[in-house]
Amino acid sequence: MNISLAMPAPQPSLSLRRRVSDALYTRKGLLLLALLAPPLLWFGVIYLGALFALLANSFFSLDDYTGQVVRELSLKNFIDLAGGANVDVALRTILMALSVTLASVVLAFPLAYYMARHASGAQKAFLYIAVMLPLWSSYLVRLYAWKLLLAKEGAVSWLAAQLHATWLLESLLAAPVIGGPSLSFSTMGTFVVFVYMWLPFMVLPIMAAVERIPGSLIEASGDLGAPPRTTFWKVIFPLAMPGVAAGSIFTFSLTLGDYIVPQVIGNSTLYIGQVVYMQQGVAGNVPFAAAFSLVPIVVIGVYLWFAKRLGAFDAM
Amino acid sequence: MTAAVVLENLSCVFSTNRGKGAGKPGSEVRAVDGVNLSVEAGEFFTLLGPSGSGKTTCLRMIGGFTLPTAGRVLIDGADMSQQPPYARPVNTVFQDYALFPHMSIRDNVAYSLMVRKVPKTTRLKRADELLDLVQLGSAADRRPAQLSGGQRQRVALARALINEPKVLLLDEPLGALDLKLREQMQTELKALQRQLGITFVFITHDQHEALSMSDRIGVFNQGKLEQVDTPQKLYNTPSTRFVAQFVGAANLLDSQAALQLTGHFSAMLRPERIQLGQVRDAKVSGVVTEVQYFGSFTRVRVSTLNVVLQADLPEALGVIAPQPGATVHLHWDDRAVHALTDAAAT
Repeated sequence: MNISLAMPAPQPSLSLRRRVSDALYTRKGLLLLALLAPPLLWFGVIYLGALFALLANSFFSLDDYTGQVVRELSLKNFIDLAGGANVDVALRTILMALSVTLASVVLAFPLAYYMARHASGAQKAFLYIAVMLPLWSSYLVRLYAWKLLLAKEGAVSWLAAQLHATWLLESLLAAPVIGGPSLSFSTMGTFVVFVYMWLPFMVLPIMAAVERIPGSLIEASGDLGAPPRTTFWKVIFPLAMPGVAAGSIFTFSLTLGDYIVPQVIGNSTLYIGQVVYMQQGVAGNVPFAAAFSLVPIVVIGVYLWFAKRLGAFDAM
Repeated sequence: MTAAVVLENLSCVFSTNRGKGAGKPGSEVRAVDGVNLSVEAGEFFTLLGPSGSGKTTCLRMIGGFTLPTAGRVLIDGADMSQQPPYARPVNTVFQDYALFPHMSIRDNVAYSLMVRKVPKTTRLKRADELLDLVQLGSAADRRPAQLSGGQRQRVALARALINEPKVLLLDEPLGALDLKLREQMQTELKALQRQLGITFVFITHDQHEALSMSDRIGVFNQGKLEQVDTPQKLYNTPSTRFVAQFVGAANLLDSQAALQLTGHFSAMLRPERIQLGQVRDAKVSGVVTEVQYFGSFTRVRVSTLNVVLQADLPEALGVIAPQPGATVHLHWDDRAVHALTDAAAT
């Protein structure tokens, strides 16, 4: 063979690096394992581990006299959960989360649609930054800024006065349940701030979903005789549903778990997050806090199941 | 009888790089530039041209997806220039088929009836009829993603036909199919058009497709219609150099060589009109530079008088094509020479 004359025998010159890369190339599973192991360990051990610890804790109870956690399985926490005030807290939180999600969809969709389909170049970059900008500053700073804006002597009241719309603001605040002495001490205020806080998390997934809809589908719908309204409800909205669903999981779960917004802005009625915070912090009742924090998990589970039933993920 | 589609001095100008500094004029692209055209009812009309020649923009203006910057679009006698797509009595088969991925095949086909609020049982029955017409009755419950390219093509056709449009617009509908399927669909499309009697306005950049399917062809070049004619006339008597070159293979001869060989200042000679023969009575002799075998014919390039002539020799039993380097003598009938009026752009 002349080949061996022309080329030096490659065998001895194989470096360790080369052999590793050969091994990774021939056994694809090895590379996959190397890449997936760290995130899977993180997810499996730290995240799921913590979740199971939480689940286990929820079956323990607190000795009322000693203040010690009794490590015996009991359903006491869940029976307490079903008691009047706790059910109110859960329902209020779920209702708030649903309203915030709905409002976010209504506000985010036109913006996301415009960004995805019409804005181009610099305009798109500007809108993108405008949506993301609030996330660059501290959550607490923005929250207290809103407290000032919504206060009785705040910017919103001032603007209402300038527009001669103080009567409107006052009649809104006079409404039962959602009203209060001022926007910053009302459920309405809590709602406004929640929507503000989570809106970017709704805009971005919807934008991504709308961007994936081929323009020809929208043209085809018009071509087949559908006016824009029909095209929206029959083609665009169903195809953007995965984005809406993804965004709604953010807004819904973030509202369910938040304990700072309703503490700073609102009429001091409690939400799930606040109860969990108080139980594990001030009261030291970790088992009850654990049981209560299972409520959002269950609610999200039900929510996802329901979204799937409605076909939210069909177009994925 | 009114024409199905009339384009009157139709133009579409796109302005680009707008807003790049004040006072700087944005450059303009004349995608479609003063097109006049009349498509008869029941005709299979093809817009042929290279990509970027304006044929798609022209079709989009008929469909209503792009509004003309000047001129008029008349469909079945009515001015539709500024009407939205949903108000026009035309339907389109899109290049990427544009099937709704979240609906079944049946719902896709029934879409335009659903929009028009036709009762559900009626519209689904009608959709099944259309699916039978395109031989896809068995796929009605599937989703577009589960179909092959050729099947999707048929669904798009059924969906566009269900509303019995005055005119069906087809935007390179066969472009994504492989050759065999493409040829089969060409035959089927043509048969369907004859059966239904609907006016087809078809777009392609494939001259074979245009020649084999159309009643008439409009050749586009740089936003302008170069020639509108039947396939035979387009092939044999092209009115411009561009058409001669774009439709079929052509020997284009200019100035001295043209005068010497044909007696015209600028002329076209189709390769299959040239034969090899004896030196006696030969129009010209030359040296073979290249031989390409195509199956049904062999293309021979002959270098002579500072030009290279292509001759297509039909495949025949017992005939051996000349080898490169051989001297050959070319013959042709003088009637095969077509004089061109526009000279070469140099």
